[in-house]
Amino acid sequence: MAEQRDLLSRVAGLGAGALEVIEATGRAGIMLFHSIATVPNPRTALPLLAKQIYAIGVLSLVIIVVAGLFIGMVLGLQLYRVLVDFGSEAALGQIVALTLNRELGPVVTALLFAGRAGSAVTAEIGLMKSTEQLSSMEMIGVDPLRRIVAPRFWAGVISMPLLAMIFTAVAICGGWLVGVEWLGVYDGSYWSAMQNSVEFGEDVGNGIIKSVVFASVCIWIAVFQGYDAEPTSEGISRATTRTVVYSSLAVLGLDFLLTAVMFKGF
Amino acid sequence: MSASGNHVEIRGLTFRRGSRAIFDDVDIDIARGRITAILGPSGTGKTTLLRLIGGQLRPDAGTVKVEGADLAGMSRRELYEARSRMGMLFQSGALFTDLSVYENVAFPLRAHTRLPESMIRDLVLMKLNAVGLRGARDLMPSELSGGMARRVALARAIALDPDLVMYDEPFAGQDPIAMGVLVKLIKSLNESVGVTSVIVSHDVPETASIADYIYVISNGRVIGQGTPAEVMASDSPEVRQFMRGEPDGPVPFHYPARGYADDLLAGGVPREAGRG
Repeated sequence: MAEQRDLLSRVAGLGAGALEVIEATGRAGIMLFHSIATVPNPRTALPLLAKQIYAIGVLSLVIIVVAGLFIGMVLGLQLYRVLVDFGSEAALGQIVALTLNRELGPVVTALLFAGRAGSAVTAEIGLMKSTEQLSSMEMIGVDPLRRIVAPRFWAGVISMPLLAMIFTAVAICGGWLVGVEWLGVYDGSYWSAMQNSVEFGEDVGNGIIKSVVFASVCIWIAVFQGYDAEPTSEGISRATTRTVVYSSLAVLGLDFLLTAVMFKGF
Repeated sequence: MSASGNHVEIRGLTFRRGSRAIFDDVDIDIARGRITAILGPSGTGKTTLLRLIGGQLRPDAGTVKVEGADLAGMSRRELYEARSRMGMLFQSGALFTDLSVYENVAFPLRAHTRLPESMIRDLVLMKLNAVGLRGARDLMPSELSGGMARRVALARAIALDPDLVMYDEPFAGQDPIAMGVLVKLIKSLNESVGVTSVIVSHDVPETASIADYIYVISNGRVIGQGTPAEVMASDSPEVRQFMRGEPDGPVPFHYPARGYADDLLAGGVPREAGRG
């Protein structure tokens, strides 16, 4: 009897958990719809957007550039060790560029973005909620979804693909630094192997599509977690953690899906 | 103008949070151009009441009518339009922390009007002058004391010359001077332009000194109402205890617990003996 009840309560708990997830997804969808389904007034919206692109994009540049440089250098080092055994270190440029464009650029940028910008957005919106700034904005008759959430959402969607491109470019240079300058791969073959094998649409284009998808998901999670946060200090700290965890998992899961769809023929 | 002369009419208001009823069949009238105070102990949902009047929350039953129009039937756009004729002073001030004092007060003007910058400047300085903080216009909210922040928030709340201003605990946590300033400001705002004022508070003497009419709410119901003198003289024990701040009465000093002696003995008695 007790075992049955235990089992039943576990099943019920599972169902309640699933319902909660579905309900939260619905709330997040409604929030996003109300935020971006209206045509903004360019006179007020553009300065707000510019300010957010600065806060979300420009201020993330340092971490993106530094991380990109190191990832590229590590790639150069590791791949050279393997390739040199087969005498094919000339393919280093090709492998570095393909890996970065297709996978590492969008994915690592999204993970760093979730940690650097996503958590900041969640904490900022959560704090605005807990200090009644969102309520007072509503009472002044300005919709916080359009004034606070929408500019941050679009700033993320615009910034992250650009950051991913910068990341990829810097990392390719990092690979060159180690492979060519340090380990002595022939300079011409590094670049020409890259030029011969990287397709613009197939590799660069798909990478950009990936980073646009990751950007939308990451920043959507970040604004929703902030907007939906319980307005207490524990609530905001939980929401910030959730932003990073959910964004990272969503990015990795979606990356597999997108890769399966985009590159299944290879 | 509605025939009854009431700016806000609340009828049969019921609002629940989970299974707990915050309000249970409450009727409240807020007379036009007067100061109405809603008094009650902490945690009785006084702030919730203001949010219901502002349409930020929807009642589970009953109606909230502002200017004769039921808020529940309004579209999102109509609701925001109605809110532009209300001002609300939040307990924390709720100033936008990324904007200066000047920009905070200018915010509603920029959002709802297309006035030229020079006129916005004049209006902002007038509102700031009314609360005595014209000289603080370039400060950021983090540089203000609690009382100053609340005065800036008041200037912002009245920036669009609303017909209805709601004050959420305006006196809580203020030093005596700041409190005196706020009392004077609320009173003079009401007298000079005839704005309808609703004060939600548990600071009895300050609120009673300026209110025209008082509702006392507790446990989700109105337990007393009348002019300040009538409420002060009320013979209801609950109202008396609250208005005079008596530590014990219908609201007990002790949180519900089992008997004191039982409680003390339960911890110290060895297990064996306790069972026997």
